[in-house]
Amino acid sequence: MSAADAVAAVMFLAIVLYAVFGGADFGSGVWDLTAGNARRGGPLRRLIDHAVGPVWEANHVWLIFVLVFLWSAFPTAFVALMRTLAIPFWLAGLGIVARGAGFAFRKYSPTLRWAQTMGVVFATASLVTPFFFGTIAGAVASGRVPASGTGNVWSSWLNPTSILGGALAVSTCTFLAGILLTAEAERLNADALVEDLRNKSLVGGAVTGLIVLVGIPVVAFDSETLADGLLGQGLPFVLGSAATGLATMWHVWRRQHRRARGTAAVAVGLVVAGWGFAQYPWILTDELSIEAASGAQSTLVGLLVASVLAAVLVVPPLIYLYVLADTNRVGVEPEP
Amino acid sequence: MTSWPTVIATDALLPARNQMALSLGWHIILACFGIAFPAMIFVLHRKGLAGDAMALELAKRWSKVAGVLFAIGAVSGTILSFELGLLWPGLMETYGDVVGLAFALEGISFFVEAIFLGIYVYGWGRIPGRMHSMMLIPIMMAGVVGSFMVVSVNAWMNAPTGFRLVDGVPTDVDPVAAIFNSAAALQFLHMYLAAFMVVGFCVAAVYAKGWLRGRHDRIHRLGILVPLAFTAVATPLQPVVGHFAGQRLASEQPIKLAAMEGLAESEERARLELGGYWDGEKLVGAVEVPIDGLLSVIATNDPNATVIGLNSVPEDERPPVGIVHIAFQTMVAIGTALVGLMAWAGWRWRWRSDDVFDSRWFLRALVASGPAAIVAMETGWITTEVGRQPWIVHRLLRTEDAVTDAGFIWISLAVLVVVYAGMTVGATLVIRSMSRRWQAGEHDLESPYGPPSDIGPMPSPSDAEPVATVAR
Repeated sequence: MSAADAVAAVMFLAIVLYAVFGGADFGSGVWDLTAGNARRGGPLRRLIDHAVGPVWEANHVWLIFVLVFLWSAFPTAFVALMRTLAIPFWLAGLGIVARGAGFAFRKYSPTLRWAQTMGVVFATASLVTPFFFGTIAGAVASGRVPASGTGNVWSSWLNPTSILGGALAVSTCTFLAGILLTAEAERLNADALVEDLRNKSLVGGAVTGLIVLVGIPVVAFDSETLADGLLGQGLPFVLGSAATGLATMWHVWRRQHRRARGTAAVAVGLVVAGWGFAQYPWILTDELSIEAASGAQSTLVGLLVASVLAAVLVVPPLIYLYVLADTNRVGVEPEP
Repeated sequence: MTSWPTVIATDALLPARNQMALSLGWHIILACFGIAFPAMIFVLHRKGLAGDAMALELAKRWSKVAGVLFAIGAVSGTILSFELGLLWPGLMETYGDVVGLAFALEGISFFVEAIFLGIYVYGWGRIPGRMHSMMLIPIMMAGVVGSFMVVSVNAWMNAPTGFRLVDGVPTDVDPVAAIFNSAAALQFLHMYLAAFMVVGFCVAAVYAKGWLRGRHDRIHRLGILVPLAFTAVATPLQPVVGHFAGQRLASEQPIKLAAMEGLAESEERARLELGGYWDGEKLVGAVEVPIDGLLSVIATNDPNATVIGLNSVPEDERPPVGIVHIAFQTMVAIGTALVGLMAWAGWRWRWRSDDVFDSRWFLRALVASGPAAIVAMETGWITTEVGRQPWIVHRLLRTEDAVTDAGFIWISLAVLVVVYAGMTVGATLVIRSMSRRWQAGEHDLESPYGPPSDIGPMPSPSDAEPVATVAR
């Protein structure tokens, strides 16, 4: 394995983690959007705040990681992406801003009306941002991003594979978040919410499955290289994702929500990993290989050292943060 | 096969530069809070643990303000990483791997900062006091490393190093040498001190205003004195660091220095001129300090030395002098005034029996110092960025050769103006509302990284009341 392959692997791992953690975060916003009016949607929104509150920004640092690794290790690929896919990148960027600002501002809202406005901003941005990321993934996977120059700035991301990517991104985020929220509601003994979320999550899972089924012929006709890869080196992951996805539905059906949480996360991670393996050795399918795109060797080595450093410095406190978020308040100070 | 509709296809250089200036100029204020605010909160938290209940309350409040600022700082920072590729493909394609490691290390710092801020804000009432306050230490350390790394990339654009150009392609790349380029240390120190000045004066300004309105309590006293303790150290050091940064310019980027001083012709025993404006060819209306060789001494320590003038390079290698000159003069003027303000504070504190709070004029000056510090920092960035033009990488890559050929940059600039205006209004309204609620006696406001204020069995949908904080 060359240094370029190793850095690409680390970068793709960050994409997988972003898909799982960031995805759950985006998905929560989608649930927020569909929660109903202020009175009806109140409990669900409080649950969402409770579940994503402490970690929602940390979840998105994975994205910055991916971008930084991309331009440091594969500068030509980064520039090619940004040239051709400028529009979806802009829209995703705006979505991230609107989402982050909306979420933060909503928490301190001076008035109900303000909270509602900020809530709409947060939730709408949560829906559209993963869609644009999905179209970007579709553009890369279907070989529509040329290695040099600028590809078609519209059809590169408005094509069957990209639309499929966008739809899959939104549906998997929503499904994953639905499962996590169900488990969280169960932990807090919010029975009515559990029922509601569980039923909707089952529907969400079915919709996701349907999109995948529709997607098979789309990919087969629209993206040959990707299709070959998915049936080749990506196949174990695809099958694993299908199996864990079905297992998730089974767990939810049997009301084993904590178990479903694990399988759902694995299913999402595996499908993204499957895409990565299917596309190997291309960084931009059919256009630019990982080797050809890689920059200076010394920087690649530096990035690998930085990844180890990141694993040591970031992972333990991140786990602590998740544990802390899962613990209830201790009685150090009186409740208000 | 570019397919931008010709209707919107225009030269992207001007809007791209404006957009980058807007994004950076906006983000940098929040970055300052990320660097300096945790240290001030730490001081209060420790005072609080030592028994000062009001200090603890203030630490808690500030941690919530930090949460809001950090949240919008994080997203505006994300936009910046998009913009590096979207606006400056020519820079990133050639030099992305040279400067990349610094960005990667910054990314790690930012991650650490995000996690520990989450832990800290969430930790009120969950982590025992001493341990809880310690969670600020990684945030402060990440602030140092992260800001060093980012500033080091900017410094690298001024002093590119760590590679050898072979046919226009960087070879023998040494990313560590690129990080520790000759401009990095001074530029970082200058920015780090600026961060403490911006945050210190801004926070003190808020509480000085409260004091002027008659809120004479311990909260306001701490809210003024703690930030001032930091600015009292940072403000007098800043001109010293700036001076050495200027000396580096004299030897490595003399044209930038000439633009800052408005020096048209190279001069031996150059005199220092203050103020004035650049009429396109020479400085007009400036006050000359009647000491022969003063500028030469400042720039090189040698009164007989020649200071390089703008005319020593062809016209297309000179920056827009007018902007650089006025920006630099503004920064220096404000910086000097702030040093004066600190001297005034020191004099009142040391030689007057009444304390700083008894002078309404001092408090008024403090109120003005917050915005003034921001203006000084922004004009400083304008000085260094515009002063580097026409280069994006000093003497190696022109900005016009690095910019995107995308045709929609005017549109994205217009959108971002609206977005940043919206976020500015939003942040202001939210923080003002928090402040009003604190004054009204509320204590347990929610925060972006914090838990909802009541956790317990969730009410069922039917009997729920609309809760302002989470309802839509």
